Amino acid sequence: MHREEKISTHMDWVTVLLFAVLVTLGWLNVFAAVYDETLHQSIFDLSLNSGRQLMFIAASVIIIIGILLVDMRFYDAAAYLIYGGIMFLLLLVPIIGKEVGGNKAWLGIGSFGVQPSEFAKFATALAVSKFIGTAGFRMDQLRNQVVLFMLIGLPMALIMLQKDTGTALVFTIFVLMFYREGMSPFLILVGLAAAVIFVLTLLVENEFYLYGAIGIALIITIFMGKKKFKRIALLTIGALLLMGVIESVDYIITDVLKPHQQNRIKALINPEADPLGYGWNVTQSKIAIGSGGFAGKGFLKGTQTKFDFVPEQSTDFIFCTIGEEHGWLGSLLVISLFVVLLFRIIYLAERQKSRFARAFGYSVACIFFFHFAINIGMTIGLFPVIGIPLPFFSYGGSSLWGFTILLFILLKLDAHRSQMLQRI
Amino acid sequence: MIEGRKEIFQIVFVLVALVFLIKLFAIQVIDDRYAQLAASNSIMKEVDYPFRGLIYDRHGNLLVYNSPEYDLMVVTREVKQLDTARFCEVFDINKDQLLAIFRDLRARKEYSQFKPTVFIRQLSNYDFAKIQENLDEFAGFYIQPRTSRAYETNTMANALGYISEISKTQLDRDSSHIYRQGDYIGQSGIEGYYETTLRGQRGVRYKLRNVKGIEKGRFKNGEFDTLSVPGQNLITTIDAELQRYGEKLMKGKVGSVVAIEPSTGEILSFISGPSYDPTMLTGRRFSSNFSLVSNDSTKPLFPRPLMAMYPPGSIFKMVQTLIGLQEGVLSYETRFPCDRSLVNCHNHPNPVNLHGAIQYSCNPYFHQAFRRIINQNKSTNTFTDSRIGLDNWREYVGRFGLGAPLGVDLPGEKGGQMPSSRLYNRIYGEGRWKFSTIYSLSIGQGEMLVTPLQMANLAAIIANKGYFYTPHLIKAIEDGEIDPRFRVRRETDIDSAYFSFVQDAMSDAILGTASRAVIPGIVLCGKTGTAQNPHGADHSVFMAFAPKDNPKIAIAVYVENAGWGGRAAASTASLMIEKYLTGEVKRKALEDYVLKGEFLDRVVRATSTLEAD
Repeated sequence: MHREEKISTHMDWVTVLLFAVLVTLGWLNVFAAVYDETLHQSIFDLSLNSGRQLMFIAASVIIIIGILLVDMRFYDAAAYLIYGGIMFLLLLVPIIGKEVGGNKAWLGIGSFGVQPSEFAKFATALAVSKFIGTAGFRMDQLRNQVVLFMLIGLPMALIMLQKDTGTALVFTIFVLMFYREGMSPFLILVGLAAAVIFVLTLLVENEFYLYGAIGIALIITIFMGKKKFKRIALLTIGALLLMGVIESVDYIITDVLKPHQQNRIKALINPEADPLGYGWNVTQSKIAIGSGGFAGKGFLKGTQTKFDFVPEQSTDFIFCTIGEEHGWLGSLLVISLFVVLLFRIIYLAERQKSRFARAFGYSVACIFFFHFAINIGMTIGLFPVIGIPLPFFSYGGSSLWGFTILLFILLKLDAHRSQMLQRI
Repeated sequence: MIEGRKEIFQIVFVLVALVFLIKLFAIQVIDDRYAQLAASNSIMKEVDYPFRGLIYDRHGNLLVYNSPEYDLMVVTREVKQLDTARFCEVFDINKDQLLAIFRDLRARKEYSQFKPTVFIRQLSNYDFAKIQENLDEFAGFYIQPRTSRAYETNTMANALGYISEISKTQLDRDSSHIYRQGDYIGQSGIEGYYETTLRGQRGVRYKLRNVKGIEKGRFKNGEFDTLSVPGQNLITTIDAELQRYGEKLMKGKVGSVVAIEPSTGEILSFISGPSYDPTMLTGRRFSSNFSLVSNDSTKPLFPRPLMAMYPPGSIFKMVQTLIGLQEGVLSYETRFPCDRSLVNCHNHPNPVNLHGAIQYSCNPYFHQAFRRIINQNKSTNTFTDSRIGLDNWREYVGRFGLGAPLGVDLPGEKGGQMPSSRLYNRIYGEGRWKFSTIYSLSIGQGEMLVTPLQMANLAAIIANKGYFYTPHLIKAIEDGEIDPRFRVRRETDIDSAYFSFVQDAMSDAILGTASRAVIPGIVLCGKTGTAQNPHGADHSVFMAFAPKDNPKIAIAVYVENAGWGGRAAASTASLMIEKYLTGEVKRKALEDYVLKGEFLDRVVRATSTLEAD
């Protein structure tokens, strides 16, 4: 009893409230996304996504209780074990998994299926944080960085085997957490620069403009700084590498990416070019959101989502329902809630006394941020279509549970942050 | 080194959120294109076709009504895995036809794979019942109900006209933009003339549909829906039974029968022979039947009472008599010798007075009488005198409703031809023609043409003793008014006493020239005519009205190539009058004589009769 009392007094109730609000809004929108006026459906109807989502929510409450009851030392101690276990499940998926919607990402347990890839996120977060939290860990050691990249590379590779590129890409966001924990921003900047150049190459018709721009930028930077041979050489190599990226764009687009991935990039550049083909998803998604106007059409009054114009309207494109039925004001509310949640997580992470807990907190923030940014970005045509869910909104048990576990392990660690210090 | 990195995270989060909100503001609030796109995505406009007005006869018997028919529509994008063998079986077509329909479909200019397009037009009730059960097997196919015309009668085709799909040129000409491609429009007859009255107003229903085009209820609870307004019903002046009887009598003959109620100008029957069954020009077989009817050498589509123009022959002598009397150049006792040097005649007492001239239809008499009308010595120059005389005469005949369309409520009415000095100036040159050039007019021949409708109207004028109402086919419009011009009395400005004189002569005339026309117990006034036909047997003409006191019916019958007016035309007219006035025909022998149609030694019959199949 003494222990539980402690939990409730040290719990961060602000985050719990945010969680509750987001999950409830998500549940209502899952109902609205498929609501058919002519059928007089109930939101609790178990044949509907909303009815099942309520079950998933109930299940996540049980999971939360479980997380809070377990000794907080368990997460630190068992981090590698959990990681190993999940990796084993991921390995099993291509062998004994069942295929749903083209992706072989599901493990069947009775009539229910779970996606181990959703749980790989918190497992990897635990493992990576544990490694960073090891006594004497130094981020600037190349050996440590290699281990960290291997820890996130393994689940990525296994998930790629399931052809679930979207979920695999989520793991790249750990790099942001590494940066917080001391890694040089060089890698992130290079990655960002490559991505910007990549997109620019697609947008700019004539590649020679880009070559010209890089050349001019190189000359200006050389003359602005010290004219040391080493610096000039490094800059020149960097510029040549960028030009290499440009040259490789065509190759990557046509030879590395699969046709549906090529189309998603084309759709991002110009969805109107083929509104019924590869541009369909983005076009319809934008129509749904755009038709919402300032204040929206009203709860259950949308037409584009529930009449199936928008694909995957309960899962990946759930934001369309928000945009259509609640307009810009509704979008503002949801986006604000996410920003508040992200700030709160950063706040929680920063107040951790242990490096393990802080790294885990930043992992949670990064993963949430990635999902939030990519998911909403894709529905409004700012990112290519990458099939990842919007945390707490998208329909689906595995993803809801995955996000719940991430958040509540952090809350559990946070509630015991003073004990953590004692331990160290 | 690690200091300040927390802030970078916060900045990135806020920046991304701001970018999203700005982008959202752009597509949700600033750009209204998406709202329109959403509407065109999910809002389906469904036309509610109005019921076309019904058409009744003068006694309220239904003549024309609407029967449901169904167009099979297709949205080709939604057609998936069509089982062609099954489709052909259900829709009773073969595979080549099916492929041909798809080919035609794609070739259409307005074709879109997203929009419903007519696949099979005008399925009958029977076909529809059969197909409806199986329709759910074929994704992408829908039924669009609408109505086509149906007829209680197989007569009156030329008066009723027909409706058909609006043509490209009609659509281009439609400045009101009421019509759409595929709409029906009245093309002739009453359907054509009263199109705006009959068509009603289309309604629109806005429905929501999902991505597969399946209905998902009404848009905004039907706030923007409009109901269709049915067309107005028409009550015609036609007596359906008289019409049916007249068509029976005219079967196998070429010509016209027009009967008018003199006191109102209402057309009691409007018969054109040969005609067609109006049912032929409805439904799915419209196009094949239409080409059949329009290519028929006997021209069943041609409304003879309105558009056929013939020389009136002897019946025109009534007009000459009345003009001569009014001009004061003839009196009841004026006599002329029957001088056959210029115009031929038949044996009769000689010389006769005006009454006798009408009774015996003396051609030389009217030659002399017309000379008096034309040459009144208003000028010493005989050419000028003839011109003055003719133009004066032309004014008179114009008041008889001749030489110009009467203004009946049917499209395409012809005016016939009544020559004026302008016509002869054009033919012969000014000052180069005189009475001797134009004397054929005296007995209703020459450059003179009238329509059967004008002949019937002439009978009505004589019956009314000097005036008429514009003949018309519509007696009343439900919830509407007929054109007031049909209620305006048109005067000939000829003394009614002269008409009484002419009536007396006409009632005597039939005793000699048209004894078959005599109806026991009814005093009938009539005048035969036999119009010369250089191409074959003469045309048989008869004009009559009855009873002489308080006339109820005026009639003109024109039977082509049937010879003597006293035979075919007089008999038909007489039977019609008996039928109308007494309700039944007792003279069965005369009826058989007309039905048999052997009026000549050499029988000339219509070459074909058309029946609906």
